[in-house]
Amino acid sequence: MSATQLVEGVLSGNRRDLARLISLIEDEEPSVPEALGQLYRHTGRGHIVGITGPPGSGKSTLVTRMTTEYRTRNKTVGIVCVDPSSPFTGGALLGDRIRMQEHALDREVFVRSMGTRGHLGGLARATSDAVRAIDAFGKDIIIVETVGAGQSEVEVIDIAHTILVIDVPGAGDDIQAIKAGIMEIADIFVVNKSDMPGAERKVTEINAMLDTDPRERAWRPPVLMTNARDGEGIAGLVDTIDAHRKYLVDSGLLAEKGLQRSREELKTIMEHKLTTELMEKLKGLPEYERAIKKIADRSDDPYSVAERLITKFLADYGRRVAESERKR
Amino acid sequence: MSSPKRIRVLVAKPGLDGHDRGAKVVARALRDAGMEVVYTGLRQTPEMIVEAAIQESVHVIGLSILSGAHNALLPRVTELLHKEGADDILVIAGGIIPEDDVPGLKKHGIAEVFGPGTRLSEIVDYIKAHVKL
Amino acid sequence: MSGNDDTEKALKQWEEGTVSKTLTKFPEREPKFETISGVPVKRLYTPLDSGCQDYQRSLGFPGEFPFTRGVQTTMYRGRFWTMRQYSGYGTARETNRRFRFLLEQGQTGLSVAFDLPTQVGYDSDHPMAQGEVGKVGVAINSIADMEVLFDSIPLDKVSTSMTINAPAAVLLAMYIAVAEKQGVQMDKLRGTIQNDILKEYVARGTYIYPPKSSMRLITDTFKFCSEKMPLWNTISISGYHIREAGSTAAQELAFTLANGIAYVEAAVKAGLDIDSFASRLSFFFGSHSDFFEEIAKFRAARRLWAKIMKERFKAKDDESCKMRFHTQTAGCTLTAQQPDNNVVRVTLQALQAVLGGTQSLHTNSRDEALSLPTEQSVQIALRTQQIIAHETGVGDTIDPIAGSYYVESLTDETERRAEEYIQKIDLMGGAIAAIEAGFMQREIQDSAYEYQKRVDARKRIVVGVNMFTEKEDREFDYLRVNPDLEKEQVVQLKRLREKRDHGLWKEAMRSLRVAAQGEVNLMPFIISAVKAFATVGEICGVLRQVWGEYKAPDIM
Repeated sequence: MSATQLVEGVLSGNRRDLARLISLIEDEEPSVPEALGQLYRHTGRGHIVGITGPPGSGKSTLVTRMTTEYRTRNKTVGIVCVDPSSPFTGGALLGDRIRMQEHALDREVFVRSMGTRGHLGGLARATSDAVRAIDAFGKDIIIVETVGAGQSEVEVIDIAHTILVIDVPGAGDDIQAIKAGIMEIADIFVVNKSDMPGAERKVTEINAMLDTDPRERAWRPPVLMTNARDGEGIAGLVDTIDAHRKYLVDSGLLAEKGLQRSREELKTIMEHKLTTELMEKLKGLPEYERAIKKIADRSDDPYSVAERLITKFLADYGRRVAESERKR
Repeated sequence: MSSPKRIRVLVAKPGLDGHDRGAKVVARALRDAGMEVVYTGLRQTPEMIVEAAIQESVHVIGLSILSGAHNALLPRVTELLHKEGADDILVIAGGIIPEDDVPGLKKHGIAEVFGPGTRLSEIVDYIKAHVKL
Repeated sequence: MSGNDDTEKALKQWEEGTVSKTLTKFPEREPKFETISGVPVKRLYTPLDSGCQDYQRSLGFPGEFPFTRGVQTTMYRGRFWTMRQYSGYGTARETNRRFRFLLEQGQTGLSVAFDLPTQVGYDSDHPMAQGEVGKVGVAINSIADMEVLFDSIPLDKVSTSMTINAPAAVLLAMYIAVAEKQGVQMDKLRGTIQNDILKEYVARGTYIYPPKSSMRLITDTFKFCSEKMPLWNTISISGYHIREAGSTAAQELAFTLANGIAYVEAAVKAGLDIDSFASRLSFFFGSHSDFFEEIAKFRAARRLWAKIMKERFKAKDDESCKMRFHTQTAGCTLTAQQPDNNVVRVTLQALQAVLGGTQSLHTNSRDEALSLPTEQSVQIALRTQQIIAHETGVGDTIDPIAGSYYVESLTDETERRAEEYIQKIDLMGGAIAAIEAGFMQREIQDSAYEYQKRVDARKRIVVGVNMFTEKEDREFDYLRVNPDLEKEQVVQLKRLREKRDHGLWKEAMRSLRVAAQGEVNLMPFIISAVKAFATVGEICGVLRQVWGEYKAPDIM
């Protein structure tokens, strides 16, 4: 089955086709770009919420509770949970569904677990494509959950309209748990497990840190407390996400973000396409292998080689395009 | 530059039985064999199992059951899969299942039953040989 | 001590002389040896190793602190352990028949296995109960079933153990009510409810409510029984299932005692005086395959618990410091291959338990890796205990294995490893916090996976499974639970619901709900409800509504 064959099913609400399409996205099946192209005009309706935070901060529980809250507000929900794959075997244990059992039979909730795999094209793209597919499928709210461990997670949730950064009391008295790089992208901070000692202090610490942010911003990230286990603070959190969306719309930022995102996306897609085709072309070429050896033994330098190869590739590329134009 | 296809497996505990040692050990073995394993926890109804299998688009469902309710619950899983047109999913089972019951389960679409004492590699090999990707 | 110096010197000479000479010609089987739990095992143990140096402090005398050598003063010279076979399947009527068979065979206590719907608080007609009714135990919906279960069994004469946890209070209430109908007052009742919810979260899975409400229900039973049922064991803090889930011996010990600490803390916090309830706490361990490690574990368990009670909880009464425990031979060591070999495994494991000073014992049946045990298999299992008791003489002197350099050393080591875990759990905020964070579960899972990998790699030999295998024609006489039983049970239940006094039932349920929302002791309300023919599912259902349900953490 190819991705393009699934487009109709996804658009008509067939969850099995959606699930299959996401698998093909993960497997980088060749017709995926075309399928996503066909779905593109049907996207842009869902509000995307990204959630990150250290392991054990209760993210899955929070997502479950938020979903319950959204469902009482008659919103449909799609969830993408990203868990690390083993760098050695590529296998992964995806256990986020354990916490989400109460939505297991709700047809208005779609949950998908993804391993980070060794995505050459970048995990961020696979995730954002999956989110896009769910968006086209028609979910009102799309939640992306990922372990806050580093740069790739930042990229993963960068597609979100609203980014939640979760932390818990304790775990040292500073905010080490929230990695640098993740702090800056938060739209809302959530201190979960508010029943644990030190919750208030954690809130104060985060606020103090926000005070040192020199940027002038109309939206200062609020710092909320929740106890996801008992469902406390969840309605307030969902209200705040709504408020953030309203802020994005009213300030024109949503449109601006959309523009910025389209620009970046086009760039990424082009980069990817060019790199893929270039590497495809070079793979196994004797000239290429010779050049590499020369670089290694210092009889040539990588800068000039790159210049030469790319120039040649672009010239070929131009010729090919012109030829296919002529044939038409 | 396509990443290799990964075998995706749902490991599930149908019914009320809480003995998940085997399920978890198998889940880890499949992970270490390079598969992506979705584990959903205890007390799964056949409906929940099938819904998860579809949303996660898995190639294999591994059902672990030690309570003796296998004859009631396992055929229900394959029946629901059939209704969803998802017969291509390979369904295997493990746990305490008397030999006498195995033919009946196989007739209902359970591809293989792995009893106590099964080597983990046996299960891995079986999946690799029989999965439809 | 010059004696030790001499021994040390002699030992060195032996190692460097005789041993190394032998090794060059005859190398040992393995480069290094370890117990099944991974504790290194030396070639030889001597007085230099053992914990015998301070005899009084570390061993003492039977019936005296720290109880390493046994909790009773004369141990099996006075009375053998209670032979208690866990059984139950199908309907109350069938199980009643099995109970009476076992009592006739010389069994000295009853042990009730409930089916899974009962264990998680569902009636036989609940959708989740489908296919599970009467399967792993007896189906009990209401006091009517309970009456049949104990028909013609005088409850003032037997002691009854019930493997029931989340709904323990409900089944205890039914037992009290049935006894009352027999004319037996509750202060005469002897027995145990397992009532150990923490290990359900950790290893066994039949939980219902979140920890806070579960702990309240448990302390309610502690309080109720301390006032009204002086002979009843209010809890059986269980390591058995932790071990079955794949833990090591030290983990089994540590997590069980950490859970025990949490129960004691909860009860003390609820206002109970430590010495008013501690002597009614009982324990339950598995007896696995490593012969000496298991004996050491039992002995270490007693000593460690005694110290915890005295030092941490300042118990004044020696009775509070005595760890009494039940043992079951390890189900996970039974093989489906060559099932008769299991008789031998069970014999050894039973012997370990006796040498470890158990108060009661269940011996598994050879066919349990295949299905529920047949009557004949159960009989062999019981006879195994009777042979150990009456033919071997192992019970004629107390703690006969004490003073073995190896066993004493291993006792110390097991205790040390367990203490290390307990400290770690203390730092995490106690057992409940550790469970909610998935710590115990993860540790157990790691051990289970490591063990399986060792078996697969034949680094651990399991006879008939990865060595000495043979092609088998597996003809086995399976015990089958009648498939019509579920329907029957549902019909009975429906009839009961129609027949009972609806007004009385409604009022009992209403009071129960109000009580659950408040803070009063729930036991009297549950007793009234069962007397009004409220079912297990209905009572647990009300509590579910008020308290919610536990959600397991993702520990993968």
